[in-house]
Amino acid sequence: MTIATPAGPLHRALGLTDAELAAIHERLGRDPNDLELAMFSVMWSEHCSYKSSKPLLGTLPTTGEDVVAGPGENAGVIAIGDGLAVAFKLESHNHPSAVEPYQGAATGVGGILRDIFTMGARPIAVLDALKFGDPSAPRTRHLVRGVVRGVGGYGNCVGVPTVGGELVFDASYAENPLVNVMAIGLLEERHLTRAAAPGPGNLAVLYGSTTGRDGIGGASVLASASFDEASAAKRPTVQVGDPFAEKLLIEASLELIGGGLVEGLQDLGAAGITCAVSETADRAGTGIVVDLDAVPRRETGMAPFEVMISESQERMLAIVRPERLAAVLEVCGRWAIPAAVIGRVTDDGLIRVVSGEEELARIPAAALTSEAIVHHRLSSPPARTRSAPAPGAPEEPGDGLPERGMDPGAVLIALIGSANLGSRAWVTTQYDETVGSDTVEAGERSAAVLRIKGTTKALVAATDAQAQVAVHDPYLGAALAVAECARNVAVTGARPLGVTNCLNFGNPERPEAFWRFAESVRGLGDACRALGLPVTGGNVSFYNESPVGAIAPTAQIGVVGLLDDIGLRVGPAFRAAGDLAVLVGEAGPGLAGSAYAALAGLASDDRPPSLDLGREAALQRFLVTAARERLLASAQDVSGGGLAVAAAECAAWSGLGARLQLRVGMAPAVDLFGESPSRVLVTAAPDDWERLAGLAAAHGLPVRRLGTVGGDRLVIELVGDGATGAAEGRGAGVADAVDVAVADLHHAWRSALPRALGEDADAAPLAVEER
Amino acid sequence: MRVGVVVFPGSNCDRDALHAARLAGAESELLWHETPDLGGADLVVLPGGFAYGDYLRAGVLARFSPIMGAVRDHAARGGLVLGICNGFQVLAEAGLVPGALLRNASLRFEHRWVRLSVERRDTPFTSAIPAGRELRLPVAHGEGNYFLPDHELDVLEARDRVLFRYAPPEGNPNGSARDIAGVLDAGGRVCGLMPHPERAAEAILGSDDGLLVFRSLVESAAAATSARAAAVVA
Repeated sequence: MTIATPAGPLHRALGLTDAELAAIHERLGRDPNDLELAMFSVMWSEHCSYKSSKPLLGTLPTTGEDVVAGPGENAGVIAIGDGLAVAFKLESHNHPSAVEPYQGAATGVGGILRDIFTMGARPIAVLDALKFGDPSAPRTRHLVRGVVRGVGGYGNCVGVPTVGGELVFDASYAENPLVNVMAIGLLEERHLTRAAAPGPGNLAVLYGSTTGRDGIGGASVLASASFDEASAAKRPTVQVGDPFAEKLLIEASLELIGGGLVEGLQDLGAAGITCAVSETADRAGTGIVVDLDAVPRRETGMAPFEVMISESQERMLAIVRPERLAAVLEVCGRWAIPAAVIGRVTDDGLIRVVSGEEELARIPAAALTSEAIVHHRLSSPPARTRSAPAPGAPEEPGDGLPERGMDPGAVLIALIGSANLGSRAWVTTQYDETVGSDTVEAGERSAAVLRIKGTTKALVAATDAQAQVAVHDPYLGAALAVAECARNVAVTGARPLGVTNCLNFGNPERPEAFWRFAESVRGLGDACRALGLPVTGGNVSFYNESPVGAIAPTAQIGVVGLLDDIGLRVGPAFRAAGDLAVLVGEAGPGLAGSAYAALAGLASDDRPPSLDLGREAALQRFLVTAARERLLASAQDVSGGGLAVAAAECAAWSGLGARLQLRVGMAPAVDLFGESPSRVLVTAAPDDWERLAGLAAAHGLPVRRLGTVGGDRLVIELVGDGATGAAEGRGAGVADAVDVAVADLHHAWRSALPRALGEDADAAPLAVEER
Repeated sequence: MRVGVVVFPGSNCDRDALHAARLAGAESELLWHETPDLGGADLVVLPGGFAYGDYLRAGVLARFSPIMGAVRDHAARGGLVLGICNGFQVLAEAGLVPGALLRNASLRFEHRWVRLSVERRDTPFTSAIPAGRELRLPVAHGEGNYFLPDHELDVLEARDRVLFRYAPPEGNPNGSARDIAGVLDAGGRVCGLMPHPERAAEAILGSDDGLLVFRSLVESAAAATSARAAAVVA
């Protein structure tokens, strides 16, 4: 075989270091041939081997009594009663999307959906977490349009609703956007299927699309190196998606599993056939011999290495008993899906590739997967970081609003009308949110709610990150993201079940970048332990860098929760005039990383807000209990833009105003717009106040009546030391309250994103009312 | 009443339609596109989705599926056919309802909740919808922009074959001519509409207005059955 190489040895051209080549030699006891080297290069890529992250990921809590499948499987699976289980996972497709946004995003959706149905679950929802640079930049607009069309184009066609997610603009993502996609599936526990190849003598059946040259070396070339000027030349390594083929694959696969026709199932993603055969064999302690000539191809003249590492999309590998082959082929035939026996399970623990009489490769399966090289990377903190204030630390003067001469109402309009906090309807109207007839809540809300037919239950899902805080303190950023994401699930009344994650970082070979990763994993683990949440799976994306620098450290978190009775669901919008508005939790100091800080600038000595995980856990228990006791008319997490934006959203979504009174300290911005965690804005019938306050107190939570829902304006009157009178005494003339019409809030919120993207803001859809 | 929901490769609202028909009290089953047999269905639903991936043009390949001959015969005998979204596109391509569905005016996929005015209540699709009641349903499509030349639109309207129109405040989501969301064939037994009644059949999902369409069909079928029985007795 021949592989075109630039000057230099082949292994380096494939992305392997000299040390890694030596390690391969050690495992084989000889030099690898070129095909073997190609197989090692993709399997030992960061993307497939987790060679830099594995030692740290092992520190995460992964067990729980309901966990049916955890890390190491294609997706995490948690039992939810009634013989049912939920499968979920979050994964990145950053680099392909930077090169070719439509196909990169589309195949990202396709890949994560395959991870779900490979487990035996029917995919029921997708959430997307998208991060881009400045929305006014032409390149950003090109990427946003392409990625959103790609996510929608794929999800809409396969018939899986896209029900939520995040859209964040920050300069650090300008050249390296993040496209993280979370998928959720529902399965009967008895159909849980493993990605293993048990039973020597069983057949390896490849079904789905044919194999071509698309996506050759995507794992090693694209996902495992930083961006540079030559990235456009990597376009051929981006795969091309075919959602119609995927739809057929979903139906055929679920039929195969439902009929008990397969012993194991694995999707083909990064590293193609090489990955699928080596991982399934290694998990079962078996080997597989691959008959290269049997692989159906869409192109002629493909070299063996191209067949073995192609990342052509929409392919599956099934391990099938010989006596069930005919039935398997019948199902594939009915769905018009090509299928072929391409190998056989053996007992020798080897991945062998043969063509006719000739053996082209012979590698222990474990050497490609579980015994792949592990790197213990150097980690060192950057020279300058800021730590969070200790819990309970006094507020610092100097970050206050009045001193800056700002009208808080104008600040609120500016925040809710900003690209990061405004309505995502420009995105969500391009996604089918309702296919499947299970969507109870989707789109704009902090969490998506999907009922489960035939039960009283519902699944609740959210995805969040706190990258702007992580810039200052990666440990805190990851912990805050877990806290916020689980809180977003809990505000609906649902009990959070488990965590998936996608860790997006820079080059792990740089000690500072690796330190950010290590700190994030530590924060992720501590937060999950404190909240009692198992980490059931995840994905690591390194090398998110461009010549202008690394992205903000982004630990994207996904949480799935369970609502036992959909009738107990609590929505975020105000419900009725006359209800009491109540703040549970209290504001803490620190504005660094907040939307307000981005808008107003920041005192140079400011820090991000701190997190008390014990209080967070208590708050989430309180929310679930309060919902069960039907004490809450509405509940809204306080996060981006702080309490004022939370109240404004509740108002804009319901059309109901409110009249609130907020006691502010020396820094009113902290109380109004600060993003300190563990706070929820709830409303309740006046008659329920005593019980609500009692329940909060029993959970050790501060609780304060802010005012009453009603009217067509949102009024937040400031009282206390930081209020206008006091500020005027210091010479600053500012408004004494937020006082804005709900209609103005709604308009600012609704038109934010089209305006930021340079589109017709007045054409923004109206469809934002309560459902 | 028996409802048959056709499954084309790429259909993705088939199970939703099945579910809604059952909620309305109908016996319902899925019909495989390769089998030219409707299994005794009184109502055939062509569901939403992307039949054959919508490759070439939405609905254009599905019309050649083996089952479409049986659907055509069923319609010719006065049988009921409901095409929703992609199913409407298939009906239009097959010539079973008039018009064509062009790309949305926005050139984007549009998912949103819309309001429909019901233009007639004397049809099997709308008989159970209370007078004055508008329907709140979701749309989810890239090609739902209803087109027919003006003079043919005049004829369509003159013959009362416009069944649903997009209504304010949300209005027309796709640029459809004269706000048309759903039409009837000449016999009034075949209906194509872009919005999804099957996804709005339970209040928990945001609206149960769509169930009214399925209830209308079940009640019409029951009335037809008892009328036939009465005729036999007479």
